[in-house]
Amino acid sequence: MSILEVRNIRKSFEHTEVLKDISFSMEQGQAVSIIGSSGSGKTTLLRCLNFLETPDEGIIRVNGETLFDSAAAESRSDASIRKKRLHFGLVFQSFNLFPQYTALENVMLAPNLLSKESGTADRDAIRTRALELLDQMGLSDRTDRYPHQLSGGQQQRVAIARALALHPDILCFDEPTSALDPELTGEVLRVIRSLAEQKTTMIIVTHEMSFARDVSDFAIFMDGGIILEQGPSTELFDNPKMERTKQFLSALQS
Amino acid sequence: MFGEVTLSLLQGFWGTLKLFILTLVFSLPLGLLISFGSMSHVKLIRFPIRFIIWVIRGTPLMLQLLVIYFGPGIILHSNIWGSGDTGRFVAALTAFVINYACYFSEIFRGGIQSVPVGQYEAGAVLGMTKTQVFFRVILLQVVKRIVPPISNEVITLVKDTSLARIIAVYEIIWKGQSFIKSAGIIWPLFYTGVFYLLFSGLLTLMFGWIERKLGFFEIK
Ligand SMILES: Nc1ncnc2c1ncn2[C@@H]1O[C@H](COP(=O)(O)OP(=O)(O)O)[C@@H](O)[C@H]1O
Ligand SMILES: [Mg+2]
Repeated sequence: MSILEVRNIRKSFEHTEVLKDISFSMEQGQAVSIIGSSGSGKTTLLRCLNFLETPDEGIIRVNGETLFDSAAAESRSDASIRKKRLHFGLVFQSFNLFPQYTALENVMLAPNLLSKESGTADRDAIRTRALELLDQMGLSDRTDRYPHQLSGGQQQRVAIARALALHPDILCFDEPTSALDPELTGEVLRVIRSLAEQKTTMIIVTHEMSFARDVSDFAIFMDGGIILEQGPSTELFDNPKMERTKQFLSALQS
Repeated sequence: MFGEVTLSLLQGFWGTLKLFILTLVFSLPLGLLISFGSMSHVKLIRFPIRFIIWVIRGTPLMLQLLVIYFGPGIILHSNIWGSGDTGRFVAALTAFVINYACYFSEIFRGGIQSVPVGQYEAGAVLGMTKTQVFFRVILLQVVKRIVPPISNEVITLVKDTSLARIIAVYEIIWKGQSFIKSAGIIWPLFYTGVFYLLFSGLLTLMFGWIERKLGFFEIK
């Protein structure tokens, strides 16, 4: 059974159809990269998976459980959406760390709130796990810094730790290095690469083509709201079938 | 003489202080309510509220005082404020509360709208409820942003309270001026300035302290 199954997702804003019939699936432990020119709908797709947008049509299944089905007139109460979105984590292009909390507090905030609600408040375990994650991100000496005291690359690594702290089934990255100075992209790509090596299930939207080729098992090329081509990443990057994919890849290389 | 003047001015300052404190007590929460109205998705709420804010902020407080005090008597042929000092004080307070609530509402709106939508979304994808996002993530950022403009308004209010004397509400300048007539001396009037300076100085220190307390983080 696929860990994620996306079927026939459509999404329009006012009169423009931004996602036109998107279908794909991925397996546990896979890293899938999504590439495509800007405006092709990559962000909107990730936002649909994270319930920041509601698709007009389509089905989203995680581990066989249907999280979203436009045909089923299910309740879309805040509470049910909250639970469902915990299957996914999202790392934003612009980090969106909470400025009034230290790196460690950013990572612990949501787990603490959730555990308090479920009555299993184990603050020590949450803290230990948060420190471990920050250590894994190479930030063990930055845990008490506030976001404005951190470089962009460090902030993004805190954001990754924050997303991982909730044990998402699938971690999504939306151009995680696009807002960074070139000399800082390496440190973020390195931690994503190490996550891939540990078989973290991930969807990575990126313009870093050689990174995507190396790290992802599977790649999706989006163009104008559709998936124009998808396949094992070495195939898609080295032997693209569609003319449009070839154009896109060669334009980036030159 | 100095002791007598001081005592009299202190009495007047009590009137000033009452108006100042009560205006803040009512206009701050009312301002928050108005700011929600001015951000409402319902046009029937948003438009009238924005119109009222525009009128109140676009006309002098002096004019609003006069209209609120004399208006009901002339239009309704009944003085809803009652006669005497209390009536005039309540009328002045009403005008001040409406005026300041509108100014505060715009500051609140600015503060709330300045928090990037990414902060709400980051909280949401972490499984936080809307209430949790508001209280744990948004609120302090709003507070940090609005403290400087609120501090400006509050210090302006200290001085604006003197406008209440136009409808004969006893406050400190009224008292100071009365010595011109009764004793032929002008220095009590300057002395009132000392009260204003000390009080606004105190408020400046207090707001400065709050700003420093919130200085541990920065927002874009
Ligand atoms: N909230 C929105 N309202 C209207 N149009 C939007 C909205 N979000 C995205 N779009 C439009 O949808 C298209 C796809 O955007 P996006 O998903 O951000 O693409 P990408 O991430 O691939 O650059 C763009 O043309 C964009 O202008
Ligand atoms: Mg995008």
